Amino acid sequence: MNVPWLTVLIFLPLVGLPVLALWRASDAHARVFALVVSVADLLVALRVLGAFEPSATGYQLVEQVDWVRSAGLSYLVGVDGFSIWLVVLTAFMTPLAILSSWGVTHRVRLFMALTLLLETAILGSFLALDLLLFFVFFEALLVPMFLMIGVWGSARRIYASVKFFLYTMAGSAFLLLGIVFLWFQTSQQFGQGSFDIRRMEELSLATTTQRWLFVAFFVAFAVKVPLFPLHTWLPDAHTEAPTNGSIILAALLLKAGPYGLLRFNLDLFPEASRYFADAVGLLAVIGIVYGAVVAMMQTDVKRLVAYSSVSHMGFVMLGIFTFTVEGTSGAVMQMVNHGLSTGLLFFAVGMLYERTHTRDIGEMGGLAKATPWIAATFLVASLSSIGLPGLNNFVGEFLVILGSFDADRVLGSVAVVGIVLAAIYMLWAYQRTFQGPETERHRGLIDMVPREIAAVVPVVAAMLVLGVFPKVALDRIEPSSQSVVAWVDSVEVDQTGLPGGLRADVVPGAALGQELAEGAP
Amino acid sequence: MIQTPSVQLEAIWPELFLVGTGIVVLLAGVLFRRIERVSLLLFSLAGVAGAAATSIRLWDWEGAPTALAGSVSVDRFGVVVRLVILGTAAIGLVLAHHYFERSGEGRSELYALLLFATAGMTLFAVSADLIVAFLALEILSLPLYVLTGLSSRLGSIEAAMKYFLLGAFSSAFFLFGVAMAYGSAGSTRLSAIAEALGGRTGSVALGVAAVGLLTVGFAFKVSAVPFHMWTPDVYQGAPTAVTAFMSAGTKVAAFAALMRVFNVAFQPLAWDWQPLLWVLAAISMVAGSVLAIAQTDIKRMLAYSGISHAGFVLLGLTAPGEVGISAALFYLVAYSATVIGAFGVVMLVSSRGERLTTLSSYAGLARRSPVLAGLLSLFLLSLAGIPPTVGFVAKVRVFQAATEAGFWPLTLIGVLASVVAAFFYLRVIVLMFMRDPEEDTVPDDTLLPRLTLAIPAALVLVLGVFPGLIAGFLDQAAVLRW
Repeated sequence: MNVPWLTVLIFLPLVGLPVLALWRASDAHARVFALVVSVADLLVALRVLGAFEPSATGYQLVEQVDWVRSAGLSYLVGVDGFSIWLVVLTAFMTPLAILSSWGVTHRVRLFMALTLLLETAILGSFLALDLLLFFVFFEALLVPMFLMIGVWGSARRIYASVKFFLYTMAGSAFLLLGIVFLWFQTSQQFGQGSFDIRRMEELSLATTTQRWLFVAFFVAFAVKVPLFPLHTWLPDAHTEAPTNGSIILAALLLKAGPYGLLRFNLDLFPEASRYFADAVGLLAVIGIVYGAVVAMMQTDVKRLVAYSSVSHMGFVMLGIFTFTVEGTSGAVMQMVNHGLSTGLLFFAVGMLYERTHTRDIGEMGGLAKATPWIAATFLVASLSSIGLPGLNNFVGEFLVILGSFDADRVLGSVAVVGIVLAAIYMLWAYQRTFQGPETERHRGLIDMVPREIAAVVPVVAAMLVLGVFPKVALDRIEPSSQSVVAWVDSVEVDQTGLPGGLRADVVPGAALGQELAEGAP
Repeated sequence: MIQTPSVQLEAIWPELFLVGTGIVVLLAGVLFRRIERVSLLLFSLAGVAGAAATSIRLWDWEGAPTALAGSVSVDRFGVVVRLVILGTAAIGLVLAHHYFERSGEGRSELYALLLFATAGMTLFAVSADLIVAFLALEILSLPLYVLTGLSSRLGSIEAAMKYFLLGAFSSAFFLFGVAMAYGSAGSTRLSAIAEALGGRTGSVALGVAAVGLLTVGFAFKVSAVPFHMWTPDVYQGAPTAVTAFMSAGTKVAAFAALMRVFNVAFQPLAWDWQPLLWVLAAISMVAGSVLAIAQTDIKRMLAYSGISHAGFVLLGLTAPGEVGISAALFYLVAYSATVIGAFGVVMLVSSRGERLTTLSSYAGLARRSPVLAGLLSLFLLSLAGIPPTVGFVAKVRVFQAATEAGFWPLTLIGVLASVVAAFFYLRVIVLMFMRDPEEDTVPDDTLLPRLTLAIPAALVLVLGVFPGLIAGFLDQAAVLRW
């Protein structure tokens, strides 16, 4: 039988929603139920991974159904080398996130329902090949995450949740404008409007139009990444969110940004991507160093991990905009790795917070005596995060730096500084938290319980596998990297018409208006 | 020999049904004083259902495009608009019945007035002659003035007074516009005006003047800036159930009439009215969204949100012809389902009468009544245009239409306005879910109105996920016959 596996994968968690709404389950039952659903979805994800043909380029397992024919909108999903690992990561991390939130006692059913809703929305945005369908999933992420931070978060939760919502909503408003404009171009050029990105690739867009559209898309995705200087929502959101929310935010939701850039910006606007590459690379490197430096200053351990995310996501951005096979593959690897290691870090911090009820590094110290296993978990995640060879992060960061040396030696060199700084702030945090004399207050804390061990072991195993044997992942990523790099390389940056580089392009609204007027009926 | 015009009553069966039911209800209320008002409600609902059935039969009408000596048009556009209005009327009847029974002000005129107003709305949407349109406008307005003041609260009476005075002004503008149109074309029939203006036999200057004056009349009824001043006061003062009905029904009817008049009679002057609608759309979207932020009363906030939504419909209408009409129709379906639901929830939260309409009384609603908080969140998200609700699809469709017509800067304004708007919808959700309750009043937990509100809620979700269910019908309905 021909099972539409991707559809099953996306909507299986959604099936849990009516059950949680109607079944007046006890808190314990609701938790177990959500866990079972997410594990079932992981099995489906593994089935998809099994069906994925590693060496093929292009989209696989494509499913297409007309949605609104007259508007050119279709339900179109498919998977390629970029999305396959992000999908598996999502399905892998959601059960962990659910296990991390066993301690939630306030409105458990709603909490679990929102977690499952988030899983559906994230999987949908990684798999959608129809631009408007992507946008639907991308926007649908907002509300559950907003509620999760705002209802279950800590002290400044309302501030953080509203900031998160407005930042991302403002970003995606421009994305919607860009999408509608692209649709208009397809209806002009092909006679039939379509949101199918494979059709949109064939559009011939004027240089200025392409660059403006690039900017519209870029803002939406850069907010999600988050790229310096659009990152200020992230420390608040990560810090105030409950552990579950932090894990989903850091491990999964942030990946929608770079994924969108890779999938849409590079594919649809290759010329503009090359044109803006230097500027984006510069911002990425600023983010790497800035995030690391600020992380070093933090006294709140969760905020420290949050700023380390800014730094790590800078590597992803840097890799994508090198337009080399190494850089692109490295960026995708780095997305997966960052998901695993930062997810684990937040999990460890969450365990600590549940026991000590503080996130202030100054109030901790010597915790390794009472909770050696939590200390070990934190250490493994830290070592992975700073790129120790043999653990997963090393591979991604190494490839990105390799690629960036190819593209721009200076940027590559500065990025390396970020790795050194990461070693400083992560190990220093470990030392201040777990080493030294034990404080009186924290004597006799309980170490990890079996539930927590069950959540940690698979993640550590995955980190080791990807660190020692990255070929499994890279083999599947590489064909897609090669094709996107070849596609971007095939265009030349248009230097005519707009002299003076970036600066000229900030001003010429007039030029765009003129082109649009010519295109309009 | 005198030729008598053929009388094709089928074309106005729905209106006859509504008015007939209204008269019977009115008489029954007077003659049988002991009558249970529930039976009046059921009879009125039956009348609405009959009107719906007779209008569906017009879907495959094969006769002339207009009937009754060219005074009403018979087309699929009319069928769809009628059904939307009748749907809001049915929900409005149930809500109003519940509201007045609970506040102890139940009376039988209520049903008759609602039915008359509904008849005026549907007639407004199908009128093919400006004089008939004016009549319909009055038929719909007068009962609404009375309904607004039906409660004995001072606020309600004040609102009715304001509505009446300003409404009378706008009617005068409308009538003046009709006179100009007659001066230009020598006829008030839409098709005749189109021919005169298209064939350059009519005076274009007078035609443009007519467009301007009629726009004032329409803009008042759809509450577009700068003719929106009455909206917040009236929406706040009127009994909430009446607000629910009129915010949805009036807007649909007035926009339908506007589409027909501008796209048929003044189609030759499209280049003149497009910029007019452009400006109205832009300032309505921006002013509505910005002013809504400053509100502390939820009914006023929804009123300003309605002003901004009028701007979004106008945004779709800047695209002339079928594209714009189809997009605007979808928007109206989405908006009316959403707004009637939102006001319905507000009515239930107020429990009895008009208490607890300040925003702060929504704090912690999720704890006091999770169902109502969930419903209101759904409606607010749809108003904000967040997928997977119908409001999102509606926004995309009007954006598509405006962009296709070459008005992408207007789309940009719309996109920015919807970001601003997201803020105040969000604030209510924050209050309901993230704050502790200040009141300990339990909201109205009667089953009937809740079941009624399940209908718009289901529409918001189902049409948000499967907009194709009605998109095809709306595309067919977007062809105006004249």
